[in-house]
Amino acid sequence: MQGSTLDSTQPPHPVPAAESHADLRVWGLLTFLASESLMFGGFFAAYLVLRGGAAEWPPAGTEVELLLPTLNTLVLVSSSFVIHLGDTAIKQNNVAGLRKWYILTALMGSIFLIGQIYEYLTLGYGLTSNIFSNCFYLMTGFHGLHVFVGLLLILGVLWRSRQTGHYSDAQHVGVEMAEIYWHFVDIIWIVLFTLLYILTVF
Amino acid sequence: MKQIPASILTLLAGIVITLVSLWVGQHHGLLPEQASEQAPLVDRFFSVMVTIGTALFLVVQGALIIFIIKFRRRSGDETDGLPIEGSIPLEILWTAVPAIIVIGLGIYSVDVYAQMGGFAPAGGMVAHHHTRPHHWFTPDAVAASLEPNSGLMAAPATLAKYGIGAAAGQTDSADLTVNVTGLQYAWLFNYPDSGIVSGELHVPLGQSVQLNFTAQDVIHSFWIPQFRLKQDVIPGENTELHFVATKVGTYPVVCAELCGGYHGSMRTQIIVHNPDEFAVWLQQNQIASHA
Amino acid sequence: METQIISNTTSPTSTATEHPAAWKWYDYFRFNVDHKVIGIQYLVTSFVFYLIGGLMAMALRTELYTPDPDVLNPNLYNAFMTNHGTIMIFLWIVPAAIGGFGNYLIPLMIGARDMAFPKLNAIAFWLNPPAGALLLASFLFGGSQSGWTAYPPLSLITANTAQTLWILSIVLVGTSSILGSVNFVVTILKMKVPSMQWSQLPLFCWAILATSVLALLSTPVLAAGLVLLLFDINFGTSFFKPDAGGNVVLYQHLFWFYSHPAVYLMILPIFGIMSEVIPPHARKPIFGYKAIAYSSLAICIVGLFVWVHHMFTSGTPPWMRVFFTVSTLIVAVPTGVKIFGWVATLWGGKIRFTSAMLFALGLLSMFVIGGLGGVTLGTAPFDLHVHDTYYVVGHFHYVLFGGSVFGIYAGIYHWFPKMTGRMMNERLGQLHFVLTFIGTHLTFLPMHKLGLQGMPRRVAMYDPQFVNLNHLCTVGAFVLGISVLPFFINAVWSWIAGAKAPDNPWNALTLEWTTSSPPPVENWEVLPVVTHGPYDYGMGYGVSHDSNPDANDSSDDSSAPPASNPILALD
Ligand code: HEM
Ligand SMILES: [Cu+2]
Ligand SMILES: [Cu+2]
Repeated sequence: MQGSTLDSTQPPHPVPAAESHADLRVWGLLTFLASESLMFGGFFAAYLVLRGGAAEWPPAGTEVELLLPTLNTLVLVSSSFVIHLGDTAIKQNNVAGLRKWYILTALMGSIFLIGQIYEYLTLGYGLTSNIFSNCFYLMTGFHGLHVFVGLLLILGVLWRSRQTGHYSDAQHVGVEMAEIYWHFVDIIWIVLFTLLYILTVF
Repeated sequence: MKQIPASILTLLAGIVITLVSLWVGQHHGLLPEQASEQAPLVDRFFSVMVTIGTALFLVVQGALIIFIIKFRRRSGDETDGLPIEGSIPLEILWTAVPAIIVIGLGIYSVDVYAQMGGFAPAGGMVAHHHTRPHHWFTPDAVAASLEPNSGLMAAPATLAKYGIGAAAGQTDSADLTVNVTGLQYAWLFNYPDSGIVSGELHVPLGQSVQLNFTAQDVIHSFWIPQFRLKQDVIPGENTELHFVATKVGTYPVVCAELCGGYHGSMRTQIIVHNPDEFAVWLQQNQIASHA
Repeated sequence: METQIISNTTSPTSTATEHPAAWKWYDYFRFNVDHKVIGIQYLVTSFVFYLIGGLMAMALRTELYTPDPDVLNPNLYNAFMTNHGTIMIFLWIVPAAIGGFGNYLIPLMIGARDMAFPKLNAIAFWLNPPAGALLLASFLFGGSQSGWTAYPPLSLITANTAQTLWILSIVLVGTSSILGSVNFVVTILKMKVPSMQWSQLPLFCWAILATSVLALLSTPVLAAGLVLLLFDINFGTSFFKPDAGGNVVLYQHLFWFYSHPAVYLMILPIFGIMSEVIPPHARKPIFGYKAIAYSSLAICIVGLFVWVHHMFTSGTPPWMRVFFTVSTLIVAVPTGVKIFGWVATLWGGKIRFTSAMLFALGLLSMFVIGGLGGVTLGTAPFDLHVHDTYYVVGHFHYVLFGGSVFGIYAGIYHWFPKMTGRMMNERLGQLHFVLTFIGTHLTFLPMHKLGLQGMPRRVAMYDPQFVNLNHLCTVGAFVLGISVLPFFINAVWSWIAGAKAPDNPWNALTLEWTTSSPPPVENWEVLPVVTHGPYDYGMGYGVSHDSNPDANDSSDDSSAPPASNPILALD
C-alpha cells in the first residue's frame, strides 16, 4: 500500500515503490485491457469493412461450422462463472476452494483451445483460402492466443497457491487479475462468435 | 479585469493589420496559374485563408515581440511579474473568435467543395455554365448518368464510387471521356471513343472532360497543379475526376502518391487545345493508331 | 517550490538495504527500475537516434540539391526517407518527449517516489533499443521504402524482408508506448502526494495524462493494421490485396486512426513542457491554468475523430470529406487556446532569456505558422490541391521541428541542472538557438511554396523549375545539421564539467525543484507538502521576490508563504 510512502512524517520508505502498490496492479490491468480491446476493435472494424465489400460472405466452400463452436462457446462462457467462484472462495480465505475452481477453469479453457484446434483441422480450408478465411483464422487465432495467455495466468495462480499463505482473503490481487483477464477473453469471444459465426449463418 | 486601453495605437494597429492581411491575401503569389473551372474557386478560398492567417499571424507574433521587448527583465531586477492567473472574458474571447472563424471556414469550404462538384461523383459533368445556380446534395445525383465505358484497355467495369468534379443534378455525360491507367511509372491515356492511346493527355478547351482511373499495380495519385485537382488512383477502387479546362496550354501531370523509387519521375503533360485543334489532333492520332 | 519540510531529522535514505545511495554511470546501461534512470535512458537513446535520423535527412537534402537522382540510388533515397520519418517519430520525439521527460518528471512533479510499476517501466524502455536495431538492420535487406505510412500495395511488393523488420520494430515501440502509458495513467491518477489538489497538478502532468489516454486508445489499432500487413507480406493472406477481395483504403483508415493521434502524442507532452518552462522564466503564473489543462483533454478527444483529413484524396465519400473537414478545423480551437494562454503569460512578466526560454519563445513563434498551415490543410477543397506535396512537408516540420524538437530542447535546457546536477553553458545555448531558429525557417518555409507550385513529396527527382527553392531548403538543412554541434558539445561538456547546479536554479515552484540536483534515489528524504499552486509566481512564494533578493541560490531556505494574498484573476 502507498500509505507509508506518502506519509511525510514517516521516515522514507526503504524500497523503491515497486512492490508497495499492490492495489494499483488491478488498475494497471484494466487500463491495459481497455487498450487491448481496441486492438480487437481494429480487427472487428477491418472484418466488417471487408465483409461489406464482398459479394458473397462467406464465399462458397468456406462456410463455418456451428455445432462445435457453440459448445465451445458454452464452455468458455460458463468458465467465467466458474472462475468467479474461485475468486469468491479466496475472499473467504478458502484456498482449497480457489484451487478447485481455478483447476476447473483451466480445464474448461483447455477444452476450448482443443476444440478450436479440432475445428481448424476439420474445417477443410486454411488461412490463405480466401478473404473470409483470412479473417476467420486471424481473428480466432489471435483470440486463441489470448486464451492461452489467460490459461498461463491461471496456472501461475495455481502454482503460487501451493505455497501456504501466498493467497488469503487479504491478499489475492494475482487471483483477481487472472480472473479479470479471463473475463476479458470471454467478452471478446462473444463478439467474435457473433461476428464470425452467428452473423454469417443468418 | 483591466480594460486594454482602446487607444489610438491599438486602433491603428488593427487597421494596419487588416490592410496588410488583405493585401497579402491578394498578392501572395504562391499558386501557379489557373487553368480549370475549379481553380479560381480554390484560389479564392485560399486567399481568404491567407488573409485570415496573416492577420492571426501578425497579431500573435506582434504580441509576442512586443511582450518580449516590453516585459524583459531589466538587469538587477530580481522581482517576479504580476500575479495574474487568467481572465475569463479574455479566455472566452479567444476561444469564441477562433471557433467562429473555423466554423465560418468550414461552411465556406463545404460550399467551395460543392461548387467543385465534390458531392456528385459517379457520372455527370462539371458545372461549366456559370449562370446555373449551384445545387448540391441533390439525392438523385448519385444515381445519375450510368454511362457505359467502352475503353480498349483497363476500362473500369463498374461505376466509380469516388471522385470530384461533377455538378449535382447534371445528368448528361461529359463531352470527352478518357480512361486513365496509372502504373509504375507512367500514365496511360486511353480515348475509348476514338481508340487512341497516348502518354499525354490532350483535351479541348471549355468542354467537360471525365477521367476514369484505374491503377495497375500500386496507388498513384493524379494531380494537375494548375487545375487544383487531385485524385488518388487506387487498385480495386474506381475513381474519377471531372473538369473543364479554361486556358490553352501545356501543364504538368504529376503523380503525388509514393509509388516506388521512380515516383518522382512519374510525370507527363496535359495539353489543352482549342476545340478545332483538338479535333485535328484526334483525327491525326486516330489515323496513326489505326495505321 | 516552497515546501514545509515537516521533519528535519533527516534519515539517510541510502543506507537502507535495497539500493545504492546514488547510481553509478554503469547503472544507466543496465536494467534499472528507477524512473529517473529510465527517463535519462530514454533521452539519451532517443538523442542517438535523432542524430542517425538527422544524418539521413541530410543525405536526402543533398540528393535534392539537384533535380536529378545523382547522389543516391532512388530506392536508397526512399529507404532513407522512410527510416528518417520512422526514426524521428517513433525513436526520437515520442520516446524523448513521453518516455524521457514523462518518466523523469511525473513522479517528481506529483511527489511520488517512483512510477506505479517500475519494472514494467524498465521493460517498456528496453523494448526501444531492439526496435531501433531492427530498423537499422532492415538496411541489410534494402531498407523499407514505402514511407512511414507503409501504404499497401506498395509496402506489399517492395523489399519484403525489410518491410517485415520495419513492422516488427513499430510493433515493439507500440508495445513500449502502451506499457508506458498504462504506467502514466495509473501513476498520475493514483499516486500524487495527498496534499496536492487536482488544481495544483502541474500542467505537464495533465498533458502526459491526455497523451497516455490517446496512446492507449489509438496504438492498438495501428498494431492491428500492421499485423494484417505482416500477414499479407509473409503468410499469404490478402487483407490489402484488392484482386483477392482485400481493400487498400482499409489500411489507411487503420493507420491514420492511430497516426493522426500520434501527431498529438508528439505535441501534447511538448505543450506540457511549454507550460512548465514559460512561467518560471517569465516570473508569471500561467495564464488560464484550467483552460490549458482542459484544452489538452479536448485535443485528446477531438483528435480521435479527425483522421480522414489525411485521406481526402483517397477513395473517400463526400460526407466523410465534409465531416472530417469540420472536425479538423475544430481541433484548432483548443490548440489556439494554449497559444494565446502562453503569449498572455508573458504579459506583465519579467522575462529571462535563458536558453530554455529562447526555445520556448521560438516554439511559440514557429508553432503558429505550423498550426495555421494545418488549418488550411484541414479543408477538403484546398487539401485536394496540396495533399502529398511539399506544402504538407512544410506544415508538419513546422509543428514537429519548430514545435516538438524546440520543445524538447527547451525541456533539456530547463531540466538539465536537475537531471545532472550541472548547469549548461548559456552562450552555447544561445548559439544553438540562433542556428536552429534560422535553419528551421530556411529549410521549411520554402517548402510551402514548392508544394503549392506543384512539387510532390517523397521524390528523389523533381521538375527543374523548382531548383532554386530546393537550394534554400538544402542550405537550411545543413545549418540545422551544424546547429546540433553546439548543443551536443554543450550537453557532454556540461555533464562532465559544468558548473554545479543549485537545487532550484530557476526559482521554479513545481515539486521537482524541492529536492536536490540530481535527486536522491528515493527522490526526497521526506516527501514535500504542497502549500501553493505550481505557478504562483509574484505571490511571494518564490525566493526571488524583492524583499529577499539575495536568497535565490538555494531552495533550502523556506521563505514563509505570504499572509494571505490570493490574487486571482484579473477580474
Ligand atoms: C492546428 C492543428 C493542426 C491541424 C489542423 C493539422 C492538420 C493536418 C492535416 C489536414 C494534415 C494532412 C495533410 C495532407 O496530407 O494532405 C496534416 C498532416 C500532418 N500533420 Fe498536422 N495539423 C495540425 C497540427 C499538427 C501537429 C501539432 C503535428 C505534430 C506535432 C502535426 C503533424 C502532422 C504530420 C506528421 C502530418 C503528415 C503526415 C503524413 O502524411 O506523413 N500536425 N496536418
Ligand atoms: Cu507515384
Ligand atoms: Cu492529422
